[in-house]
Amino acid sequence: MALVRSVNGALRRVPVGLVYAIGGVPVAWLMWALMTNGLGVDPAKTLEHQLGGLGLQFLLASLAVTPLRRITGVSLLRFRRALGLLAFFYVALHLMTWLLLDLQLRWGEIGADVTKRPYIILGMIGFVLLAPLAATSHDWALRRMGALAWHRLHRLVYVAGLAVVGHYVVQAKTLSLEVLAYSGCLIALLLARVAWALAKPPAPRP
Amino acid sequence: MDNKFVPDLGWADVTPKHLFFSRRAALGALMAAGAGAMLPSMGVADDGFIATETPNSFEEITQYNNFYEFGLDKEDPARLAGGLTIAPWQVQVDGMVDRPGVYELADLLDGLPVHNRIYRFRCVEAWSMVVPWNGIELRALLQKLGVQPGARYVGFETLVRPEEMPGQRRAALDWPYREGLRLDEAMHPLTLLATGLYDAPLPRQNGAPLRLVVPWKYGFKSIKSVVRITITDAQPKTTWNMENSREYGFYANVNPQVDHPRWSQASERRIGGGLFARRQPTLPFNGYQAQVASLYEGMDLTKEF
Repeated sequence: MALVRSVNGALRRVPVGLVYAIGGVPVAWLMWALMTNGLGVDPAKTLEHQLGGLGLQFLLASLAVTPLRRITGVSLLRFRRALGLLAFFYVALHLMTWLLLDLQLRWGEIGADVTKRPYIILGMIGFVLLAPLAATSHDWALRRMGALAWHRLHRLVYVAGLAVVGHYVVQAKTLSLEVLAYSGCLIALLLARVAWALAKPPAPRP
Repeated sequence: MDNKFVPDLGWADVTPKHLFFSRRAALGALMAAGAGAMLPSMGVADDGFIATETPNSFEEITQYNNFYEFGLDKEDPARLAGGLTIAPWQVQVDGMVDRPGVYELADLLDGLPVHNRIYRFRCVEAWSMVVPWNGIELRALLQKLGVQPGARYVGFETLVRPEEMPGQRRAALDWPYREGLRLDEAMHPLTLLATGLYDAPLPRQNGAPLRLVVPWKYGFKSIKSVVRITITDAQPKTTWNMENSREYGFYANVNPQVDHPRWSQASERRIGGGLFARRQPTLPFNGYQAQVASLYEGMDLTKEF
């Protein structure tokens, strides 16, 4: 308990801006690698995969905040918005890379992919669901919408998580360790919430 | 005999690198100016063994490989294949063949002429390269081994040696990697058993010391590090077809009209050219239609994919 208290005390002194700064480091690293030919012989594909992976990781991190608090007492709640926004940032860059560098704005093929390919459809669903969450992430939106409506809207993150991880799993050619790890994490994070919801009746909302 | 086809051309026929790069630079400048739509499509005028496109660099060809025996990432084979013992190397030849046996590689290849071929290489993942191979025609080897009447297929297997092939320590695929061709495909003069790349011995990550190259089929047909060749009358089991028969057929001919169930095959990204490597239309039979389409006359290629 003392440990948890001191961890939380230390975390309170961490400025949220630091999370944004650290979360942006991979962009700088990718830019540097791009300019120094560090992304291999197929840099567009590497960039696309790295950005998508970062989006997935930040999304899972944001979904881990509540379970972490409930299980260990360590609260990263102050940083959850930053984690969510970073997830959207990387997902959006991943989508841009796909459109501009991979498909190279060949709209016929993009249209066919978006309507026919399950993994592309899942990815687009993930992006479309995350966009309103990013757009309403500000305190101002929370005040304007009211806490109840805002919380309801932001439960879309669970569906977005399923879509984004589904997008990753469905495009994989084999059941790799990464595929198992990402899908296992998401399932655990969602099941924890289901278990807590079933364990006790919903608390009265503020 | 190559007489039906354009004879092997030499390096003198390849676009010099400086011209190629200046052309690419000019193209890049035009694209940057927003004039991309006005450019004619870059068609491939090629009806032989030597693709007219400039080959990918040695570095590109040897650092971007799908060779799951060494790991699932494209950089894994270059990183992890160094410890593979490729000499001595033995190949088991069995099935409906006059001279079966376990051959030392040098004995297997003895007396067979080495050809230089520049082939387009199209991966089922929708990227492509142009590769200057050295190797023997598979048909020459089959003639030397003596194919018996009634044989209809040739099967191939890759080495299984988990202590040197770290990817095999996990059941990522059902090892050994297996591939196969119909006998007429195997006897086609385009079908190569490659032993070299850029006039140097084949690097391990590219399937040393002996790999198949079937340029009109998706790359996964071009099995690497072959240790067994079986001549048979029954269609051999093939690894990706065993893995997922809905997605990977036995034939696996490059076909922009038949999509992979999960992604389009209409176009491909040519490796090289960095971040802005251009996407280009995929050609039927990877541009080798004139040479090989007759093999598949009367077949419904949307069903026999």
